[in-house]
Amino acid sequence: MKLNRSLSSGFAVILLVGLCSSALQLSAQAQSQTQTWQQIPIPKLPEFRPQQPKRIQLPNGMVIFLQEDHELPIIDGTARIRGGETSVPAKAVGLTDVYGEVWRTGGTKTQNGDQLDDYLEQRAAKVETGGGVDSTTASFSCLKEDFDDVFRVFVDVLRNPEFRPDKIEIAQKGLYDGISRRNDDPAQVAGREAAKLAYGASSPYARTPEYATVAAITRQDLIDWHSKYVHPNNIIFGIVGDFDSAKMEARLREAFGSWPKGQKAADPEIKIEPAKPAYYEVDKTDVNQSNIQMVAPGITRKSPDYFATSVFNEAFGGGFSSRLFGDIRTTKGLAYAVGGGIGAGWDHPGMLRLMVSTKSKTTYESIQALDEEIADLNKRPIDDEEIKRAKDSILNSFVFRFDSPEKVLQEKMAYEFYGYPLDFLENFQKGIEKVTKQDVARVAAKYLHRDQMAVLVVGHVSEFDKPLSSLGPVKKLDITIPAPPPGLVPEQAEHE
Amino acid sequence: MKFRISSIQTIIICFVLCALALGQDLASFEKHTTVKKLPNGLTIIICERPEAPVFSFFTHVDAGSVQDPMGKTGLAHMFEHMAFKGTETIGTRDYAGEKAALAKVEAAYAAYLAERDKPVDRDEQKLKQLEQNWKDAIAEADKFSAPYNNEFGKIVEGEGGEGMNAFTDYDETAYHYSFPVNRLELWAYLESERFIQPVMRQFYKERNVVIEERRMRTDSNPVGRLLEQFTEEAFAAHPYHRPTIGWISDLNSFSATDAQNFFNTYYVPSNMVVVIVGDVKASEAMPVVEKYFSRIPSRPKPDTATTTEPPQNSERTVVLHEQSQPLYLEGYHRPDYRSKDDQVYDAIADLMSNGRTSRLYRALVRDKQIASDSAGFTGLPGNKYPHLFAFYAFPIPGHKPQEMAAAIHAEIERLKKEDISDEELKMIKTRAKATLIRSLGSNEGLAFALGLNQARYDDWRELFRSVDRIDKVTKADIRRVANETFVPENRTVGIIEFAPPPPGQHPPAAEGMQPQGGGQ
Repeated sequence: MKLNRSLSSGFAVILLVGLCSSALQLSAQAQSQTQTWQQIPIPKLPEFRPQQPKRIQLPNGMVIFLQEDHELPIIDGTARIRGGETSVPAKAVGLTDVYGEVWRTGGTKTQNGDQLDDYLEQRAAKVETGGGVDSTTASFSCLKEDFDDVFRVFVDVLRNPEFRPDKIEIAQKGLYDGISRRNDDPAQVAGREAAKLAYGASSPYARTPEYATVAAITRQDLIDWHSKYVHPNNIIFGIVGDFDSAKMEARLREAFGSWPKGQKAADPEIKIEPAKPAYYEVDKTDVNQSNIQMVAPGITRKSPDYFATSVFNEAFGGGFSSRLFGDIRTTKGLAYAVGGGIGAGWDHPGMLRLMVSTKSKTTYESIQALDEEIADLNKRPIDDEEIKRAKDSILNSFVFRFDSPEKVLQEKMAYEFYGYPLDFLENFQKGIEKVTKQDVARVAAKYLHRDQMAVLVVGHVSEFDKPLSSLGPVKKLDITIPAPPPGLVPEQAEHE
Repeated sequence: MKFRISSIQTIIICFVLCALALGQDLASFEKHTTVKKLPNGLTIIICERPEAPVFSFFTHVDAGSVQDPMGKTGLAHMFEHMAFKGTETIGTRDYAGEKAALAKVEAAYAAYLAERDKPVDRDEQKLKQLEQNWKDAIAEADKFSAPYNNEFGKIVEGEGGEGMNAFTDYDETAYHYSFPVNRLELWAYLESERFIQPVMRQFYKERNVVIEERRMRTDSNPVGRLLEQFTEEAFAAHPYHRPTIGWISDLNSFSATDAQNFFNTYYVPSNMVVVIVGDVKASEAMPVVEKYFSRIPSRPKPDTATTTEPPQNSERTVVLHEQSQPLYLEGYHRPDYRSKDDQVYDAIADLMSNGRTSRLYRALVRDKQIASDSAGFTGLPGNKYPHLFAFYAFPIPGHKPQEMAAAIHAEIERLKKEDISDEELKMIKTRAKATLIRSLGSNEGLAFALGLNQARYDDWRELFRSVDRIDKVTKADIRRVANETFVPENRTVGIIEFAPPPPGQHPPAAEGMQPQGGGQ
């Protein structure tokens, strides 16, 4: 980076100050005070064309992305497999959690999970599997020198899992523990209940495992799931690291080429049934702060409004520069955590959410503060200066979306998975540039309807400044955890 | 803008990131890492990593909540929040007017406090008036800054700054974000400016923000409540016994003047390290950085002497009865990070905790099936001073904290009585190497690790050298250190026991899950 000439002579003056007379010091101080940040030159950002991964598709349908990165002697790979918790019936919620754990811990036909653990840890390597909302994953990470050893285990796990019963039991117990603890942290309660309000309590995007649904999961369910979904034509595999792409491609073709096609995963039909607009109250007597969330369904990234909502979100509820931060945190001192926006999902609407956490006795006041911000959007629309800053923020930080080969790979894998054009990111930049003040005002008016939002408050109800009923109809949410089936959890007396 | 609570997971991550290292990479790092100490005492490190046209930085200040004055806990963290409030030119257009108004706020607040804290004969009427005077003075001062709220953050974000944040813990305070590389000079200006002429504007509103942060992380979170009580119990003399976020009474008392004094004392160039990692050339960037940071006036290095924690000679226990599920935690005093045994503790933590081959996972989660998670870790609540090596376990439904204690103690006894295996020792050393390699692939992670090592050892190379020390750890070292450290009279125990909520409310857990009357 080149130094601006006039500034480098200024440097000499300042350096002298430390060594010489107080008269010089005064003049240098005067100089430093007259300099403002706007006077600092910003050279053009060097041309940067991030390296793109190579995409290949095997005859059996498997899509592979290869991304070389020679900085460190490491190789990482991830297979993302279509089919996830959204395809699980209501009676077995938690199935992909159990599956995602036992797929790896349950070992393969020839090696149990403990043997795999020992083998991999001796090499400081990982092979891991996991469940998710719309997919499951199997991944590995290893030092380059151990690639052959680790990749063999990875393929074995991918193709030949055994789901040994002892590990199913451990996974189920871990889930029971999570269920038993799910009301301990108020932020967790708020996040979970808000999703139920935005999508509907029984929606696969919101529902949570229960003792009974986890207890009902059998080894056969895991085997069936695996044989239903884990086929090459349902897999997107990405590999990044210190390898030669041509050699690696040959290697992967050899490993996966003969794997026969299977049944294609079907996209589940999912209805979104947001809760009626009202105040929903969870009473928690062991807290002194209320978690407030106003929610409704948001949009997808395929929406033509995606760019305008991105700018709106940045200006309204994004970082330090946003209205919510400036007004509710900085000016009013009501909250540490405040923010929100119109969420955008890949294949289903994200959540429109405005949230604030505030002390019990400013709960009502903070809800009103959020209300004012929404109402204010009509009276005082996001102005030119706010739009400029929001767009600058998105565009100037754009390079961070692809500042490592791994990030580029992950973006491309997501586009491939959700059927987006692979140049989506390049077009995102153009889309943001085109957004106008009118666009932002239009999407704010289109999506932010205070009278259509459900308002969740998790807090110590008797300490609120005013009851929520002074704002509108209130529904008390019962978050009591349904009891486990008899005999599932040992009685404590046994251990005393 | 956050204080680092000694959360169990973050400590583990920190241990993994910072403590383990690799010798062979040192040579290559020597070539592209440049260190310069400026005449004012400030240390600058530039590490060239030309992967993409961006850079990250960390400004590491070698002062944390341990330096909070008596009666003013939370002040180090409070100042960290104030470092985002701008300068004499950023955040106002009339600093002379604002300065006078802020002085009036301080005078009014001092008058209010003097009356509020009178031990006897407090005049409530007068107090009300003094409070009003103080609030009126705030309203006057705010007129100078309100139109330019958060201007510092707005500049950084508008210019493409990514991940702007800071943290305060017991041992240090650090500020960080990333920029496109064409903003290097702008960054050097902004970052130096805020440590030359920070302005304590909007202090009392920001204090309320910090109090909300305390409510979120500590008051309204059972694990936060346990950690605060546990740490207080484990340290009798050393400032580690006080919370970084601050006691509520202190948060409601300290002033903007206190924060300015803290800055004046501890934010001196010789107490700070600035690290830049990214697509920069040291030969071009160093003069730019030096030009701006040389302006920070040199001041004497602060006195950072603290009390030495005396040896503990009896077991201590805190039990919290909560409406939440049980948790078991115990900690043992150990020496500070400069101890010759520092890497022995790292080795023990790795052996006990890292992955599914770890001893605690295998004993408590896999074999006994009494816990969902269990681990041991070092660095609670910090590591610059003598601190704790801790163990924890989350009992699964139907199991009690006391079972966790017994199972953890059985594993500790094994460590004391039997040598670990050759395979285990090799695994620890291999993992140390691999973990370091993995940590080198991020500008941000590197900037943090280089700054920390430079501040602690006055040499960033220690990041890599510590691998040599872990490579020298022997089975006998592990047995010796375990026997010296893990003894009952050196132990503090923290427990969350489930207690049902007050009558008339829905229990958070199902009936029968944690039955009443099941205790001893």
